[in-house]
Amino acid sequence: MKILVPVKRAIDYNVKVRVKADNSAVDLTNTKMSINPFCEIAVEEAVRLKEKGIASEIVVVSVGDKACQEQIRTALALGADRGLQIDTSDVLDSLQIAKLLTKVVEEEQPQLVILGKQSIDSDNNQTGQMMAALTGMPQGTFASVVDIDGDKVKVTREIDGGLQTVELNLPAVVTTDLRLNEPRYATLPNIMKAKRKPIDVKSANDFGVTLTSNVKTLKVEAPAQRKGGIKVADVAELVEKLKTEAKVI
Amino acid sequence: MAVLVFAEHDNKQLKSETHKLVNAASKLADDVTILVAGEGCAAVADEAAKISGVSKVLLADNPVYANQLAENIGDLVTELAENYTHIIAAATTTGKNFMPRVAALLDVAQISDIIAVESEDTFVRPIYAGNAIATVQSSDTKKVITVRASAFDAAEEGGSASVEALDTVKVSDKSAFVSAELTKSERPELTAAEVIISGGRGMQNGENFKLLEGIADKLGAAIGASRAAVDAGFVPNDMQVGQTGKIVAPQLYIAVGISGAIQHLAGMKDSKIIVAINKDEEAPIFQVADYGLVGDLFDVLPELEAAL
Ligand SMILES: Cc1cc2nc3c(=O)[nH]c(=O)nc-3n(C[C@H](O)[C@H](O)[C@H](O)COP(=O)(O)OP(=O)(O)OC[C@H]3O[C@@H](n4cnc5c(N)ncnc54)[C@H](O)[C@@H]3O)c2cc1C
Ligand SMILES: Nc1ncnc2c1ncn2[C@@H]1O[C@H](COP(=O)(O)O)[C@@H](O)[C@H]1O
Repeated sequence: MKILVPVKRAIDYNVKVRVKADNSAVDLTNTKMSINPFCEIAVEEAVRLKEKGIASEIVVVSVGDKACQEQIRTALALGADRGLQIDTSDVLDSLQIAKLLTKVVEEEQPQLVILGKQSIDSDNNQTGQMMAALTGMPQGTFASVVDIDGDKVKVTREIDGGLQTVELNLPAVVTTDLRLNEPRYATLPNIMKAKRKPIDVKSANDFGVTLTSNVKTLKVEAPAQRKGGIKVADVAELVEKLKTEAKVI
Repeated sequence: MAVLVFAEHDNKQLKSETHKLVNAASKLADDVTILVAGEGCAAVADEAAKISGVSKVLLADNPVYANQLAENIGDLVTELAENYTHIIAAATTTGKNFMPRVAALLDVAQISDIIAVESEDTFVRPIYAGNAIATVQSSDTKKVITVRASAFDAAEEGGSASVEALDTVKVSDKSAFVSAELTKSERPELTAAEVIISGGRGMQNGENFKLLEGIADKLGAAIGASRAAVDAGFVPNDMQVGQTGKIVAPQLYIAVGISGAIQHLAGMKDSKIIVAINKDEEAPIFQVADYGLVGDLFDVLPELEAAL
């Protein structure tokens, strides 16, 4: 079966975030960009399904400007077969991304779409669910186990109270949680091989999707900083402070 | 303006998030309706009717909603959305699961995880794991919003809304509930606790979390964990605090053997008082801690339990 994996180019999770002086956005000039960690887990899961002989082809798709080809290449080096860049420099929200991905699903007819549960920049946690609703596919979000069984998939989900398992008819949408797998590192030969794998480029305007967002960012500010605290010498002082100064116990 | 609030509950009890949602909703409109969807949850609806500021409770009591499957709940809420300007749910794993479907089916954006309401169309939300705070304005006809409950006070009790039963049945034949493994605990829930004590990789194994239990018993605290402790299998996933786990804001948060990665801080830095216990005096957690104690947790924890 064919698996589609949407991947997003996002700030590297190790980078310290800075807000622009004019409070218009986060400053991304010269910052290290990576594949969103949850998308990397999605790619890894697809590759494992291919290694098990369950998947036959893995297509990665990224919506963004030319720079996101770098993340598509990363996914190809991890084991995906071909890439698709949907070219746009507009800032889109999850609804437009989901609409574009829905068009890709119509064209590619994958049996499984695996997305990250959340982008670590927008922290939206929306795209997979929206795409599921728009395509009419069932969804298994926040997955920690994905088990393909004939024309169904069992997904164990990390929920607030513990774990929940659902069974979905294929084709289906899965979004990844952290414990689904631990992504591999791309080997040098695979990075070389990835250079020869095809990346198709399509203009976002050709998909017939309205690409304007109805949500405007008015300002972006740095969070209030906590004022530095003190070091206590021992447990006795800690308990004393908590009782008489902070009055929380 | 009319707001539909999706009640957070487990079919037996209303969760405290719902009271916080009602408070957030009351900043948007006077007309606040609560939807209780589940199975055998009539008592939950009665509880919801007692929240002050609620005008009506809708009760969708049907086996198809028992496990809050996103397909079914999403369709139900989308149909009800017709009568409301704002649809809000908690940014819990339930709300995050079905709300984007509602937004997509209504063809509007979703505003995720808001921490403040500026006006009926303008909201404040953290982005980049809370390292930036965005103020966003939506011109969509309907606003679909998830709310970070810990950022809002709870609405008071004292209401007497009417409960109206719905017979709408929305059921997808493409998804089915198989099983749930829910963590049973006598302790308060992480998102509702006044005091939380969390352990990280420094705890070394699951057995050592017992050292936190004695203290939690004395403080009536919930027990949390860092991702590293969960990934290593010390404790279950539902104990994870952070950007991608639970967001908490208790009166007192005690971090034990946790280094203080930004993803962990994202989940707890709005706590009123933070205590850090770590043997590394350079650990970043000390930068956000009101009280830092440099020491070996295996010495400190038994002492702390004895001192309380
Ligand atoms: C996409 C993404 C999402 C993430 N989401 C989350 C999240 O939601 N929540 C989260 O917590 N993390 C999250 N992380 C992981 C995060 O980056 C850190 O790796 C993690 O928080 C580290 O956990 P830790 O502090 O327990 O472990 P470590 O960083 O290994 O720190 C262990 C600490 O214990 C101390 N210690 C060791 N032994 C002792 C002792 N005997 N006595 C006292 N102190 C001791 C050490 O000095 C050290 O400071 C995420 C990462 C990514 C990439
Ligand atoms: N620009 C994009 N291109 C491709 N996939 C995306 C894009 N934005 C979001 N996604 C996918 O949707 C997931 C969730 O993103 P979000 O809803 O933005 O938190 C990501 O992990 C990706 O799998």
